[in-house]
Amino acid sequence: MSPVLQGILTILIGVGGCIAYFYGSNLILDKLIFPARNDDHGRNINRATMVRPWLFLFPALFALSLYLIYPVIGSFIRSLYNRSGDTFIGLGNYVQMFSEDGFRTAFLNNVLWALVVPAAATFFGLLVAQLTDRLRWGNIAKSLIFMPMAISFVGASLIWKFVYANDPDIGIINAVRDYFGMAPIDVLQIPFWNNFFLMVILVWIQTGFAMVILSAALRGIPEETVEAAIIDGANPFQIFFKIKVPQIKGTIVVVWTTITILVLKVFDIVYAMTGGNFATEILPSYMMDFMFRDDGRATAVAFVIMLIVLPVMIWNIRQARSEMR
Amino acid sequence: MANLKLTDVSKTYGGSVEVLKDIDLDIQQGELIVFVGPSGCGKSTLLRMIAGLEKISGGTLEIDGQVVNDVPPAQRGIAMVFQSYALYPHMTVRENMSFALKIAKKPQAEIDEAVERAAKMLQLDQYLDRLPKALSGGQRQRVAIGRSIVRDPKVYLFDEPLSNLDAALRVATRIEIAQLKEKMPESTMIYVTHDQVEAMTLASRIVVLANKGIAQVGTPLELYETPNSEFVAQFIGSPAMNLLPGEIIETGAQTKVKLADGGVAISNVPTNADDLGMQVNVGVRPEDFVSATDDFIFHGTVQITEALGEVTLLYFQEVNGNPVIGKLQGIHSGLRGTDVRLTADPAKVHLFANGTSLLYR
Repeated sequence: MSPVLQGILTILIGVGGCIAYFYGSNLILDKLIFPARNDDHGRNINRATMVRPWLFLFPALFALSLYLIYPVIGSFIRSLYNRSGDTFIGLGNYVQMFSEDGFRTAFLNNVLWALVVPAAATFFGLLVAQLTDRLRWGNIAKSLIFMPMAISFVGASLIWKFVYANDPDIGIINAVRDYFGMAPIDVLQIPFWNNFFLMVILVWIQTGFAMVILSAALRGIPEETVEAAIIDGANPFQIFFKIKVPQIKGTIVVVWTTITILVLKVFDIVYAMTGGNFATEILPSYMMDFMFRDDGRATAVAFVIMLIVLPVMIWNIRQARSEMR
Repeated sequence: MANLKLTDVSKTYGGSVEVLKDIDLDIQQGELIVFVGPSGCGKSTLLRMIAGLEKISGGTLEIDGQVVNDVPPAQRGIAMVFQSYALYPHMTVRENMSFALKIAKKPQAEIDEAVERAAKMLQLDQYLDRLPKALSGGQRQRVAIGRSIVRDPKVYLFDEPLSNLDAALRVATRIEIAQLKEKMPESTMIYVTHDQVEAMTLASRIVVLANKGIAQVGTPLELYETPNSEFVAQFIGSPAMNLLPGEIIETGAQTKVKLADGGVAISNVPTNADDLGMQVNVGVRPEDFVSATDDFIFHGTVQITEALGEVTLLYFQEVNGNPVIGKLQGIHSGLRGTDVRLTADPAKVHLFANGTSLLYR
């Protein structure tokens, strides 16, 4: 069968299956299990209403437990075994990992990423949201800034490879250096600072996300509070930092933590730009180095990443929930 | 504590849409001026122009003899209370009230004293460390008022401050504002509302806005007793004044009008011989109608009665598209479907020609 046909068939079966499940199970519930007739009319309607959410949530709950909770447990168990997976070595993988320089570099780099990228992306997003709010061409500016969101991390990395290229005819940094008569450099090989040149790529991608969410939040601020502040004598900076930002603090935290979680997952940029060389390794790319070669080690790294992400995620969900109230 | 003077003030949006024009108004220190008018008449816009939140398109605004058209809001010496309270949700009551003084870099002792004094005046002392969301609507509005008192402004601006409160709270807060004004007799206040009870009870003078301009300025009772136009006559007072078409048949110190429906009205509005035969509208407020035995201004069949307890409203057939309404003191049951004759004291009969009162010719 041709792949196109196969794709179409998959979609038809998938979507059709969903419709069939929801429609069919609902029908069975209403007509067979709790039919709304005879003496139990009202009671059956109430009972069906109580069961319905679980019925409709079942596929999602099932898929989540199968593909999320099972792998977490499975990974943890796998991380307690050796390279080939046949000998139980307890926490051996973890002990060895923590004693390694490579892991320590990756861990520290990752801390740096987790601090700098969310801060920078949120800051620039907020800045752009505020500056473009009242402009007539603000929406065009926003669309342009949002566009990198649509590019894959590997695609973005390829673009930035050109920006950082050694050849002054290609890379803009070296073009500028060349103009001032300086020799070209490879910014990805400058120790320590090369991390920041990699972070720029993710900030470039994520600023659009922060901007869209924060722009909506800024528009939700009641105009009167701003006018009251104008009458109270606040200047534009004071209005922004003392009136507007505190009112969208919850949204800022949600954006911040969402990007933090993303940062702890991205390996593609490092993988595509430096392959983890020149001390640019971060945890996800470090994990990739072991994957399929030493699954015990790789799952141990994955588990460490999960433990780091978990508290951030819980905080994120809490904030998002209190935002909705 | 200031005089305000508006000269030829106008407002246009986008250079073509005219909202207000030729606004001339003198406001003396210590007055409480109320802007009223139908929705969309520009009363809030006028207030926002005085506040400096909207640009003045033409004319001048003077506060204490100084033209302030281009002075930023904070330096005009005004404070504003918004309909939605506009409290800063992330600040406590104390922080809300001290924000302006903090921005102005006043010494902390002075800020504390001003906040304490305002809080005491508004009975907010116990709530100073609460966030606005932990306060009731009436308390929030008091904080908003406190926020302006703290700044000790020359002019207080109120933009429909009671509209977001429920009926009982509205009455209570209205009385509080009246008492506040009494405690600060020197302060000038401008108050925008669409509620005539607020206007009548609070105002030292009312400004009725209509048709992009000022329809009439006067004390509440002046507007009630001697409205200069049919618009003001019908806008002030509830239910609105009845207007009945007729023709002048006798002139002099008193004027006699033969009504189209057959009644005869006598008014204390003086007319001269030239007015004989003039087509006029006779205006009588529902509450000024009394039942008549022989001579009547109006007679008709009661179609609907509304018993409100203290008064009974009688609705008759329509004249000029509006039902004629009578308001009788006390409870009158069993009037529905009966024929009623009504007349009124000549002192309370208004005459209008082409929409303008004959008193103001």
